[in-house]
Amino acid sequence: MSTAVVEAPLAVKGDSRISPRAHARHIGALVRRNLLWIRQDPESMFDAVLMPVIFTLLFVYVFGGSIGQSLGGGQHKYVQYVVPGLMAMMGMNIATAVGTGFNQDFQTGVMDRFRTLPIGQGSVLFAKIVVELMRMLVATTILMIVGVLVGFDITNWPGLFAAVGLATLFGSALMWIFLVLGVTMKNAQSVQAMGFLVLMPLQFGSSIFSPTGTMPGWLQNFTDYNPLSSLADAARGLMVGGPVTHDLWVTLGWTAALTVVMAPIAIHKFRTKN
Amino acid sequence: MATGTLLPMTRIDNKPRQEATGAKSAVTVRGLVKHYGETKALDGVDLDVHEGTVLGVLGPNGAGKTTLVRVLSTLITPDAGQATVAGYDVLKQPRQLRRVIGLTGQYASVDEKLPGWENLYMIGRLLDLPRKDARRRADELLERFSLTEAAKRPASTYSGGMRRRLDLAASMIGQPAVLYLDEPTTGLDPRTRNEVWHEVKRMVADGATVLLTTQYMEEAEQLASELTVIDRGKVIASGRIDELKARVGGRTLRIRPVDPLELRPLAGMLDELGLTGLAASAVDTETGTVLVPILSDEQLTAVVGAVTARGITISSISTELPSLDEVFLSLTGHKASAPQDAAPARAYEEVSA
Repeated sequence: MSTAVVEAPLAVKGDSRISPRAHARHIGALVRRNLLWIRQDPESMFDAVLMPVIFTLLFVYVFGGSIGQSLGGGQHKYVQYVVPGLMAMMGMNIATAVGTGFNQDFQTGVMDRFRTLPIGQGSVLFAKIVVELMRMLVATTILMIVGVLVGFDITNWPGLFAAVGLATLFGSALMWIFLVLGVTMKNAQSVQAMGFLVLMPLQFGSSIFSPTGTMPGWLQNFTDYNPLSSLADAARGLMVGGPVTHDLWVTLGWTAALTVVMAPIAIHKFRTKN
Repeated sequence: MATGTLLPMTRIDNKPRQEATGAKSAVTVRGLVKHYGETKALDGVDLDVHEGTVLGVLGPNGAGKTTLVRVLSTLITPDAGQATVAGYDVLKQPRQLRRVIGLTGQYASVDEKLPGWENLYMIGRLLDLPRKDARRRADELLERFSLTEAAKRPASTYSGGMRRRLDLAASMIGQPAVLYLDEPTTGLDPRTRNEVWHEVKRMVADGATVLLTTQYMEEAEQLASELTVIDRGKVIASGRIDELKARVGGRTLRIRPVDPLELRPLAGMLDELGLTGLAASAVDTETGTVLVPILSDEQLTAVVGAVTARGITISSISTELPSLDEVFLSLTGHKASAPQDAAPARAYEEVSA
């Protein structure tokens, strides 16, 4: 087979356009790569698997009783409140991991190889997002199982799926932010630290874990504009009932805006990183 | 340039080599500039790699070799100048260009978490090979690079040499018209280095066009037919390796008299007759030889004549080209491996002018 080198190149030369099918093929090959990583290193799924279990149990059993009471019920009431909220949180946490993972990826030479291949320069990023969305769906499934076990009542299946869809969509928008951080920052630790700094205030300064009615006015202003509040409230409305429309549109607006702004930046940074 | 073979010394300059062999230029670089602030990584580089040949780009650390390769593989954008690879412009046709190149970097650019086979299959798919062909190609290349047994193991478990071979295999999947090898053996032990050399020589024998960067003279001598020496982003010399050597140091004539007692009288006589080149002749007692620097064939003939006239019986006589280390030293005024800041700036002006 040593003569293979002198054969004409297999690939079609001269064509600079990449067809949608070719894009799908490239992204598929890169998704396969990321899935093989998980097979090679199953521990990398620990966060997606354990996070929903630990957070659900913690919040339900630590805060459930007292917040439930203020909601005019008990722990069971709080479960109905917090499970949709945790769904919103999940996307944020997984998105942070995208940044660190991508940054580590860049420390190796393989990114140079990808960037010298005739593929769409966004393919590597899209593939990463596809895989992380899969991880997010695993985490969401586990959240729902644990949620039901601690007393969440699924009353509206279409609403549940719509909420999952919305959280996934918003999660993908968040991932672009962390991809930008992942490409720009020097090392994975800084990405992680940065992610944590953004994560904590956004998550706790929202309606994810508790109603915002008792918070001071300035904080309520913050939570009102926090997209995670909108997502959590929209998910809540879809899953357990209540007003949906406004929060749904706000969440979709944020999703579109973040994607439109951050995706081109991420792809540009990826392409021009030295 | 038929005269090139008659007067090899005339061919050494930094002008692009004329088409001596009639081969087309696969890589053409003109006036390439890339500055990083004050650092001139590339400061007006011209070079050509002809189809089916290996061009060695030799230079110390920080000379601009890797920047050159990164520009030629579309990873970075030059500040000025032009470069085409297989007819495609690095700036205007990056996508087409990426189809015809293969890159093996200084750091193995394979996914260490993936098994060897998966690495190659993935790249095959990214190069638009149908599944079946990508599979076949991965099998073939693993076999060719003696990695079949390690096909299913993650690349992280590979030895340094295996990883570099996998990297070479990955670069070969698209059957690139031009292959860049950026310091392919830096950091490898001598045995592993020989493995890599062996593979590169096979690729070249199969007709690959290669641009090889290296800081090892020996590597350039082993693999390349032509050489471009760069230092601080500038080409300071280029030409065939033997031409460069002849240009720089002339040759050394090594004469071994049968009687070791003749060594010193012989050396003294040649010096007295003024038959040596730039330096005086030297006695190497270990090998029992006299070393005579010579600059021309006439000088060589005169030395042999003088030895015969004196009636000294000799057991062996040979000429040697200087090592590439010596070549670099005389071109740049500093050793290739030394930090570049200590170099006198004007040492190579006459060469590059």
